Amino acid sequence: MKVCDIAEKLSLKPLSLADSSREVTGVYIGDLLSWVMGRADCGDAWITIMSNINIVAVASLADVACIILAEGVEPDESVCATALQKEINIYTSEKTAYQLAASLAECLQ
Amino acid sequence: MNRYYYDFHIHSCLSPCADNDMTPNNIAGMAALAGLNIVALTDHNSSRNCPAFFAAAKKNGIIPIAGMELTTAEDIHMVCLFEDINKALAFNDEVDKHRIRIPNRTDIFGDQLLMNENDEVIGEEADLLSNALDLALEDVPPLVEAFDGICFPAHVDREANGILATLGLFPPEPRFAVCELHDMEKAEALSVFHEPMQKMLLVSGSDAHYLWDIRDKEHFFELHDEPYSSELVRRELFRTLKEGKR
Repeated sequence: MKVCDIAEKLSLKPLSLADSSREVTGVYIGDLLSWVMGRADCGDAWITIMSNINIVAVASLADVACIILAEGVEPDESVCATALQKEINIYTSEKTAYQLAASLAECLQ
Repeated sequence: MNRYYYDFHIHSCLSPCADNDMTPNNIAGMAALAGLNIVALTDHNSSRNCPAFFAAAKKNGIIPIAGMELTTAEDIHMVCLFEDINKALAFNDEVDKHRIRIPNRTDIFGDQLLMNENDEVIGEEADLLSNALDLALEDVPPLVEAFDGICFPAHVDREANGILATLGLFPPEPRFAVCELHDMEKAEALSVFHEPMQKMLLVSGSDAHYLWDIRDKEHFFELHDEPYSSELVRRELFRTLKEGKR
């Protein structure tokens, strides 16, 4: 399923829309970035509550399809601007990581 | 110029996770035995045992530094040091406004004891000190600088609460002149992978929570100290730290 279709289905709010036609092939959840760097897979939708600028670097390194910030987290505008530059999709949602993951599981079935 | 052996990262019994034997006088006495000359007290999100520590340090011929180990919103530990203890205490009041209040469960986290210069318990901090503040990493340096202090990432070589473990890499901002390693032998390997470290002044910190964690003198700064006064040494130390790697 494409990032844009998932965003619509889960009512995600876009913060940086770089390439919403990317295919989501899996899901990874984590906030400790050193951990995420080595474990998130290419094409994952990555759910986190971390909003530091380094999420863009980590998303880029791991080549995830998008970042979904849970529980209403919104980063600084500079983070979104950098994400756009680095072609990283970022969305935010009021839902918890669990609720997002449960909905994503349905989408990816 | 003289050599001043230092440890800028020691917890007292005010930190919940530190041993209750980490009293101001025990720390100062142990530091003197270890041959240290400059010692900072850095409790989690509090500087309130610093006045007692200052008195104890003076009795033991140690130059004390008022500090704090601050926990950012991202759960990153930052060592904050202040040249002037009164500014450290004013900073402490500011930090209090950013604490997320959870009553301390002493059975889980441990006691948070405030002491006087005679190691007598004069109070207890009721709310947990070690949890994250609502201050983001980038908000910390300007706040510390407003009180003429310096801050740097603590134990970057460690898994728990180190900036590299939490953020994976040094973020582009804020830039730090100094960074602390628990184990200086890891400096070279880490600097190869994390290039920003090559431009930082690397300092060692024991992060002592027990008396036996206080390490024998090893790392030092050479500081101008004539005509000798502890104020001059402290001033030279802060100048050196703020300058960073030369």
